[in-house]
Amino acid sequence: MAKVKIFVTLKDDVLDPQGKTVKFALDKMGYRDIDTVRIGKYIEIETRGSGGKELKKEIDEICDKLLANPNIEKYTFSIE
Amino acid sequence: MVKYGVVVFPGSNCDRDCFWAAHDMMGQKAEFIWHESKSIDKYDVIIIPGGFSYGDYLRAGAIARFARVMDNIHTFAGKRNKLVFGICNGFQILLESQLLPGAMLTNKTLKFICKYTNLQVENNSTPFTSECSREQILRIPIAHQEGNYYCDEKTLNSLVKNDQVVFRYCDEKGNIDDSTNPNGSLYNIAGICNKRRNVLGMMPHPERAMTERLGSTDGAFIFRSITEYVKKSL
Repeated sequence: MAKVKIFVTLKDDVLDPQGKTVKFALDKMGYRDIDTVRIGKYIEIETRGSGGKELKKEIDEICDKLLANPNIEKYTFSIE
Repeated sequence: MVKYGVVVFPGSNCDRDCFWAAHDMMGQKAEFIWHESKSIDKYDVIIIPGGFSYGDYLRAGAIARFARVMDNIHTFAGKRNKLVFGICNGFQILLESQLLPGAMLTNKTLKFICKYTNLQVENNSTPFTSECSREQILRIPIAHQEGNYYCDEKTLNSLVKNDQVVFRYCDEKGNIDDSTNPNGSLYNIAGICNKRRNVLGMMPHPERAMTERLGSTDGAFIFRSITEYVKKSL
């Protein structure tokens, strides 16, 4: 059993209107030190597969094919 | 008669309007195609309609891309004289399927926008726009939350160079700038086609602009173009 925690976020050069709006709200709330806010997705996968290199390869494949759109998004993940 | 096939995914909601546009307004043959269908070769035109396929979960169009019918649409699009037309969610599905380049981001306003827009016809030598004149302005409504077209600079340059930008958002006089861009779309893009010109994706809904009673008849230019093109190739 392994638990995979995946973060999908917009690429740095892609405008994130949602993040921008949240940043605007935080400004208004008085949090003046915040420079940027970027909003992404968090996905949790539980798998019966064993960890290691093979699982890493499989998760990369899942992210490339479905969970992230490589035109606009990037991803990171950790396996526990 | 031209045979239109309208794909139906769980969550499609413009399928009946597209059927009506092709069948009732154009007087052609039209059928619905369930998303698990294998045999689609008998059709001349496949329409991927608007709506919220699979609830727009993950990303709009991301799940629909893996429906069985999409494999067949890839093959279909590679054949001679076959047309694939994605409208709104259908356009998003074509992008996710990589039948067209780029991706959709959330509208810059973050809001679902439902209103009439003006589109300039940038390329009238496609099967979808042959009945339009170049730079003709079409009045066709949009209804979407993720219509903010994005691609990298290299892709945009190649789209422009190859005349693949078919529609751009403008005002009623044809001016194209930020103020005439409803959703933040790159280069005011409202619709693009592939290099072979037989796959078109557009965010506005021509099937909602087919009679005066709906506020515009300009959508008929597109359905007429498709119908005439296919008739000539039959």
